[in-house]
Order: sequence, then structure tokens, then C-alpha cells
Amino acid sequence: MLTLSSIVYDVNKFTLSANFHLPKRSRVAIIGPSGAGKSTLLSIISGFTKPCSGRVMLDNEDITRVSPGQRKVTSLFQDGNLFPHLTVEQNIALGIRPDLKLNTSQTLLLEAAIKRVGLSDVSKRKPNTLSGGQQSRISLARALVRDCVLLLLDEPFSALGPALKSEMLELVKEISIEKDLVLMFVTHDPEDAKQICDLSIVVAEGNVYPPNSTTQLFLNPPEVLKNYL
Amino acid sequence: MRLSLIGGLIVISLIIFLTFGTLLAVTFRIEGSFIMDRYDWGVIRFTFLQAFVSAVTSLILAIPISRALVRRNFIGRKILITLLGAPFILPIIVAILGLIAVFGRTGFLSDFLGFFDIKPLTLYGLHGVIIAHVFFNLPLAVRLLLQGWLSIPAERFRLGQALNFSALNFFKHLEVPMLSRFVPGAFLLIFLICTTSFAVALALGGGPKATTVELSIYQAFRFEFDLARVAILALIQFLICGLIAILSFWIALPTYQGSGLDRVIPTNSQGKIIDFIFILGATLFLVLPLFMIIFRGSLALFLLPDSIFMAAFRSICVALFASILTVVMGLFIASLLVYHSKKFEIIGYLPIAASPLVIGVGLFIMSYQWMDPVSIALPAAVLINALMCVPFALRAILPTYIDIEKNYGQLADSLSMSGWARFRWLLWPRLRRSVGFCMGLAAALSMGDLGVIALFSDPDHSTLPLEIYRLMMAYRMNDAYGAALLLLLLSISLFWIFDRGGRLDANP
Repeated sequence: MLTLSSIVYDVNKFTLSANFHLPKRSRVAIIGPSGAGKSTLLSIISGFTKPCSGRVMLDNEDITRVSPGQRKVTSLFQDGNLFPHLTVEQNIALGIRPDLKLNTSQTLLLEAAIKRVGLSDVSKRKPNTLSGGQQSRISLARALVRDCVLLLLDEPFSALGPALKSEMLELVKEISIEKDLVLMFVTHDPEDAKQICDLSIVVAEGNVYPPNSTTQLFLNPPEVLKNYL
Repeated sequence: MRLSLIGGLIVISLIIFLTFGTLLAVTFRIEGSFIMDRYDWGVIRFTFLQAFVSAVTSLILAIPISRALVRRNFIGRKILITLLGAPFILPIIVAILGLIAVFGRTGFLSDFLGFFDIKPLTLYGLHGVIIAHVFFNLPLAVRLLLQGWLSIPAERFRLGQALNFSALNFFKHLEVPMLSRFVPGAFLLIFLICTTSFAVALALGGGPKATTVELSIYQAFRFEFDLARVAILALIQFLICGLIAILSFWIALPTYQGSGLDRVIPTNSQGKIIDFIFILGATLFLVLPLFMIIFRGSLALFLLPDSIFMAAFRSICVALFASILTVVMGLFIASLLVYHSKKFEIIGYLPIAASPLVIGVGLFIMSYQWMDPVSIALPAAVLINALMCVPFALRAILPTYIDIEKNYGQLADSLSMSGWARFRWLLWPRLRRSVGFCMGLAAALSMGDLGVIALFSDPDHSTLPLEIYRLMMAYRMNDAYGAALLLLLLSISLFWIFDRGGRLDANP
């Protein structure tokens, strides 16, 4: 499904190389010390950072030169996932059409997504009048309506309390299964990884290690991960 | 993105054409050898002299006033600080009439002095020009220096108190270093404003002893129609502005902050009386002329001839078109700078040093063989006013634009929001406040402009400020005050409507 072949990124003494393949429907945690390049890896996949060499393949298509908006990828960052001046509904609808001109079937799709994440009652409100959990639901609803095959989460729930975070992770898992998405999830917390990800990737010292079973990884962590944990 | 590149480059070319192109067209009119006579030297001398004295006076007064304002808290302090921003959008001709009503021959102060058998004052000539310039620039200087005072960290004052500094010690160790950073820029800015000032010199100057270069361009064009002379004077004006522009490479012109000026720095209570004398004096100097306009104009307002209302209508049209054009130009330049190249920024600020009269004469020279100059008077006023407002538009729009792209650009990219969708759903909602403010500013400034319109216009095409000037010259003072009040109300309303419109339902 997603293949990174001989990716090298080398700018200002910061290097990152990656070479791996993720099968369909996989859910992968990305763990490693800060500054090791986890966010850069996601940025290369979502298209905001151009690799110096190598190729990114998604769905059997070479997307290395494709612009971020044209990739079948949805990214959720720690913050800045929403436009505060638009309503909940508009924020989600942007994922269907950037000019917000929806036809009847698109409107139905939008309403279904709003209902799926449980925001029907607040769909006309602005994001900053909602709780942190509800705001995360808006971005997830957008992932639902977008024509995407890959969902990238860069610690979007780190500001939430433990119970709410766990609830959001469960929703992420359900949505990935329903939409047949590949999920890549940057986290600091091994528990998060264990909760929803069957595979894990370790990023350390400029290297992206190939995906491994999450349970195996934490039972028997390699040297680089041991230092971090 | 393509549109922003093409549109931005068109606007940049338009600015270069209007500033340098028109100057070039004017200089083609230089014929034979031109010898500067004593009159011309007198004009240049007066231009520098009045600008220098105006700038020095404004700053000398601004230092104690801003110092008093920053140290004292009193009822109405916030209003006074807001009021200090008002002269910026106040039509020059209105302020001049207000000043005449206070300091003029039949003004309020002359009447008062009459009780003591002192000769009435007059506002014409060098000191009149200086008083008017100080009226406009003292508030600006005070606001700039307020920024300076507030830039001194409160801890320094605390440290000074702990070290038992005397007032003189405070002045030497804290205030002088701040002033030496802020005063040169403020001086240069006010000097620049005063050298290019036209309307003040037109109304209060004149004659060999009180004519600025800008005014003599107008006279050479309007009364003598001596284009060769206009060309030389235009070149001189350009050199003066160029000189100041070069100086401003070393002494950065200050940026004008709108908000956050109402903090108080608590200090010792020495000099309380002197502080309040300065505050009261400044307040009276600012408020009395405005009060006199309202006082003398309110009755005449209802008896104004129809021609005044026609002129007012034309002024509103000029203001509306100019404010729209300003915003369009500002948005195109800003998007060119944000998406393509920062290099063009300096061109956006070129109009600060441009002379509207030279541009007007240039447009006339280029077009008079094909068009009736009177018919281009209003379009030229729209174009030139919009051009002169572009630097303010950039100041208002560019920082917000950069912030929007920094904070939301990636998200918009990831949702492929480009072109119209990006403008409609990302830029416009977040830029509305800045755009509203800048349209209000452009509308008020164009509404009150008495510059290029005076060059071409006849009574059938005149604007409200020009009509007021005509009434003043004809000694129809009652009508003049009524029309001035009308202009004041219209300018403030336009500014308020646009500024308010931008904030309405505004987003956090």
C-alpha cells in the first residue's frame, strides 16, 4: 500500500533515511526520541517536505512529486487542524470540496460523517466553542469524507486527558477499519501504540527501522528503543 | 497563485509608472537652460525651514507630553490617547478652518486678546504653516514616543528606584538612551510629511516668503501654465524626497502601532503639576479647533447651497473608489510578496516619498492631447489617492497575511484550497479586519484630500475639500464652516463604517 524506497533526506546536518513497506489496512505506531525525525517522516509522506532522493509510492502510484493537496493522505497535527473562522460543518466540508459547493449526494456524505463522530448538535458552531475532544472529532470527520487511503496522526491527542485520549484512539481505530485506511501514528506513549497499532516503526539516529509487531517490539525492545524507554 | 503573480506584477508596474514614469514625462518638458532665481531658492529654503521647524517643535513638545501621559493616570486618558490618532484621518482643510477659528484674525484667541488691547493674531505665513503642521504631527510624535517610553522595561524603573535615582538620574540613564533611539526616526518621518505637504501651504502660505516646492508646482501649473518650470520644480521635489529616502536607510522610519499604548508606568509623584499642564495644553490644542468646527458649522450645515452637496457626493464617490482600489492593490502586492518574492516590498512603500502633484502633472502631460483635463480630474484623484494609501494598506494587510499563511497555509495546502477557494474561505475571513481598517483609512484620507484635485478641477467637478477652500478664499466663512463640518462628519462616518464592517462578526 505505502512504500518508501531509498528515501534520503539530508538538510542542515539533519539526516533521515527510510526504506519500508506497509501492507493494506495496517495500523502502525511510530516511536522514537524527539528530534529523531518522526515528524519529518510524516511530512515526507504527506508531501510538505521533499526528500533529497528516493520514491514514495501510495496505492501503486509514485507520489514523490505530487503536491500535498493531491495526495490521498489526511494528516492530523497536534494543533492547527481547523480553521477557527469556519463552522464545524464547513471545516469538515472542506475535505469534500475546497470551495464548499456541495451537491446533494455530497451533503448527505457530510451529514453522515458529522453524525458518525457525534457532532450533529454542534455542526453550526465554531470550533473554539467546543471541547478539545470535540475538536479532534472534527478533524476525524474530515478524514472520513476525504478521498484518502492513508491517515497520519502526529500526536493530535497529546493535549487530551487519558480517558478522552483512549476514547479518541478507539474512534480512530474504528474509522480506519471502516474506511480501509492505513494508519500511521506518532506517539510518545507505548500504551497508545499497544491500544490500536498492530505494527510499530522505530525512528532513531536518523534511521527508520522497518515495521515490527508492536507486542514483540515492547517485549523485546532493541538497543535504540531501550535507551529511549 | 498565477493570478497573484500576474496581478501583483501589474500593480507593481502601475506604482513604478505612477511614481517614476510620470516624473520622466514631466522632465521631458525641460527646455533650454533654466536659471534658478532668488524666488526659487526662497521656495526651497522655505520648504526646508518650515519642515525643520515643524518637526523640531512637534518633537520638543511631544517629549514632555508623552512623558506626562505615560506617567499619569487620569479620567479620559484612554480617550485622549485615541484622540491622538484622529488627526491622521482628519481632512487637512477642516483642521485649518478649526485652527483659524482659534488662532486666526477673527478667531477666539484674538477676541480674547482684544480685551487687553492686543492686536489680533493672524495664521497666515510661516508661523501659520508651522502651527498647522504641529497640529497634525504633534499627536503622531506623541504616539511614537509613547511607544518609546513603553519600550523601557518596568524592571529598569524598579531598579532605578532601588538605587535611589533622582529624576535627573532617571532621565540620564533610562530616558535619554530611549529618546536617542526614537527621536531621529520620528523627526525624519515628520520632516518628510512636512516637506511634501501641499494643502497646508496652499491655505495658509503663499507669496514669496511662504511657498513650498509643492505649492509652487501648483502655481506654475495652474496660473502660469509654464510646464518647463513645473518640470524643474518637480525634479527638485523629487531630489528632496530622494534625499530623505536615502537618509531613512540609516535612520529607520518608525512603524506606527495602533494598540497597546494605554499602559501606565507608575513613577514618583514629582512634577505632577507640570505634567498636567502639558496634558491640558495638548488636549486644548487638539480639541479646541475641532470644537470650533462643530460650534461654528452646526448652524450653517442646514443652509448649505446645493453645489456643496453635489461636491460632497463627488467626494464620497472618489473616496469609495479609491478605498476599493487601495485594497485591491494592497492585496495583490501582499500576495505577490507572500507567495513569490519579498524583493518587491520596497516598491510598495515608494509612494511615501512621491509627490501627488508631480504625478498629477505627469498624467496631465501624457493625456492632454487626447482628453479634456477636467474629465480626468476625478479618475486621477481616485488613482493618485489610492496610490498614496498603498503603503498604509501594506502595513495593515501584510503582517496579517503572513501570519495566516504561516498558521494555516499547510492545512489549506493539504486540503488543496487554492485560488478563489483559498481567498474566500481562508484569507478573506481572517483579513477582513485589516481590510476594513485600511479601507476606512483610505476612504477618509481620499475624502479629505486637497491635492491633485486642485490642479485640474473646475466648479462642476470639484470635491468637498476644494469647495471649502473656494468658500474660504471668497470669505464666505459661515458656509465654509458648515461644509467643513459636513466633510468632518462624512470622513469619520466612512472610516467608522468600514472599520466597523471589518470587525462585525469578526473572528478571533
